[in-house]
Amino acid sequence: MTAPPTMTAKPATGISSLLKTAFINALVALVLFSLMVGIRTEAGPDGQLTYWTRFGELASLVAIVFGGSIVIELLRLWMGPAGTEKLVPPAVQSGLSFVGRYLAPALLIFTLLVPVIFYNQRYILDLAILVLTYVMLGWGLNVVVGLAGLLDLGYVAFYAVGAYSYGLLATNFGWSFWICLPLAGILAAFWGVLLGFPVLRLRGDYLAIVTLAFGEIIRLVIINWQSLTGGPNGVSGIPRPTFFGIPLDNSDDGLAAKLGIEYSSTHRIVFLFYLILALALLTNWVTIRLRRLPIGRAWEALREDEVACRALGINTTTTKLTAFATGAMFGGFAGAFFATRQGFISPESFTFQESALVLAIVVLGGMGSQLGVALAALAMIGGFELFRGLETYRMLVFGMAMVLIMIWRPRGLIGHRAPTVYLTKAQAISSDLVKEGHG
Amino acid sequence: MSGDKINDRILGVDRLTMRFGGIVAVQDLSFAAERKKITALIGPNGAGKTTVFNCITGFYKPSGGSIRLTHDDGRTIALERLNDFRIAKQAKVARTFQNIRLFPGMTALENLMVAQHNALMRASGFTFLGLVGAPVYRDAEKHAIDLATDWLRRVHLLDRADDAAGNLAYGDQRRLEIARAMCTEPALLCLDEPAAGLNARESAALSELLLSIRDELGTSILLIEHDMSVVMEISDHIVVMDHGVKIAQGTPREVRDDPKVIAAYLGTDEDEAAAVMEGGT
Repeated sequence: MTAPPTMTAKPATGISSLLKTAFINALVALVLFSLMVGIRTEAGPDGQLTYWTRFGELASLVAIVFGGSIVIELLRLWMGPAGTEKLVPPAVQSGLSFVGRYLAPALLIFTLLVPVIFYNQRYILDLAILVLTYVMLGWGLNVVVGLAGLLDLGYVAFYAVGAYSYGLLATNFGWSFWICLPLAGILAAFWGVLLGFPVLRLRGDYLAIVTLAFGEIIRLVIINWQSLTGGPNGVSGIPRPTFFGIPLDNSDDGLAAKLGIEYSSTHRIVFLFYLILALALLTNWVTIRLRRLPIGRAWEALREDEVACRALGINTTTTKLTAFATGAMFGGFAGAFFATRQGFISPESFTFQESALVLAIVVLGGMGSQLGVALAALAMIGGFELFRGLETYRMLVFGMAMVLIMIWRPRGLIGHRAPTVYLTKAQAISSDLVKEGHG
Repeated sequence: MSGDKINDRILGVDRLTMRFGGIVAVQDLSFAAERKKITALIGPNGAGKTTVFNCITGFYKPSGGSIRLTHDDGRTIALERLNDFRIAKQAKVARTFQNIRLFPGMTALENLMVAQHNALMRASGFTFLGLVGAPVYRDAEKHAIDLATDWLRRVHLLDRADDAAGNLAYGDQRRLEIARAMCTEPALLCLDEPAAGLNARESAALSELLLSIRDELGTSILLIEHDMSVVMEISDHIVVMDHGVKIAQGTPREVRDDPKVIAAYLGTDEDEAAAVMEGGT
């Protein structure tokens, strides 16, 4: 499949080898599809085997493979040898950097205006809230995975702790959302530290496995501790958030009545939208600040080289624990929001799939990049909804899109790292140099 | 106090033994490093030099013996009882590595800022003051940047301050690693083969840098080195090891003429080496 590097230098041999590659690919396709597509077998009415041939479909598939491989080879020739930088022509690259500079503010302004633009489209508002929840989760996990380089496969545990903290405190004691929100964060952070202690000595794969198990433990405890959590039935009747004490309903005390406007159920949705936006932006702000503080630099140094950190007198234990705690705290906030939005939580919402999804967002976005994570969350959650029309092919298209992105940008959408401090000029650091962390 | 014989030693290693399973890497090694002097630890490959270093800097816990560090104020710290990062943090022993261990994805300046972690951490009120942008922290950060800039200038890397450390040339990386160790403001600087892979000109510049660290800042240096031109030029005192034991020590001149040392390096018997020497001179 791979084109020899001499092809660009010698276009004459290029065409023949191009055809050769395409021919080989077509041959492989022919062998593969001749049985899979070319011959169709079925059990006849009397139980005997009947078969018929579909050479037309077979021929068209082989032709598609032949043509497709020529197109791919031509694209390769045009782009030059593989390499993330060279893959993009200079004109496009300068355009990209221009876009890159204004993308974040533009996205923020657009996000602020989403409830105004789509006020009457409940579906889009709900989707936007969902996307923002994952943006926040992604940013939270980014502290652990992207900055500190600790692979955490059980992030959903903290999401669950946050959700159940709010759900149980609100239903049992009637505490308001605004009191429970910080408590949910603190409790999740506490669990983060608790997870941190046993895994301090583990690295890489071993760390990933233990965090994975931790996520499952939390879920199983929630399922089995029926007297507290309601088990598989979950917690229902979780109070909706109030506008600092003023409920968002159609009662006489409601916000709509107090403002003298007509009540609409969209008010609550819009309020939830701005609530999660504020929480996500808080996460972002804190993370950006922390990166420029000694603790954030220590996280990144830990990702780069743990032994060197110890030689410089950095307490790697507390550094790792603070990373876990900070990430977990944001997960807890997001969990509390999730509980108040849904009004009902059950262990089914906190499966490993959620952890994997959030981790995929962080990896796809480019580990450590705030904008990348936001874009990836938009692509993963929003894109998944976008392909809903494709029905059964949705997973296929989505999986292919992810594979393509990982080939095109192995270090995520935004792979380079911005320095936290500079003397004369802040230069982006190429992803080749930045370590991914060993756990 | 300064006239006190004991207080002139910054580091006293006494009967240090390190075993890995049945293998004895270092046996009953005793030596001292003097304050504001450069002490070199040399020996053939596999002599146990790096093991000694790892014991001193807390990466290994010695099987036996003691390592005492005496600060300028007379405070003595038992290094074998401190572990891990505490040696760098409390005992103020900084080290570099045989295979360079910079933070490649961080800029040269950031590398030096990470080295000042503990001081900055205190100034940032363990992050809380820093998060709200307290002036105390801003001053401390400015001071840290000044110190880093000063060190970048000393190692001639000021114009590369904002480049990723991984992008620097090999020799530059070596110097940056020394600058990073010095940014922790150590009492004792331990260098593991700082001249490895450097060309003659870079080695000479390194010698100059180490001498300036000793003379201008008064930092004691302990180094492992194979490049004899560097060792002989800058060392005040040399300890020679072979097969985990000390075989000689003294000034560069004394060590150079010691038949045991020559025997160890040539891999021959002592008598034979003495015969070679006598025949040669």
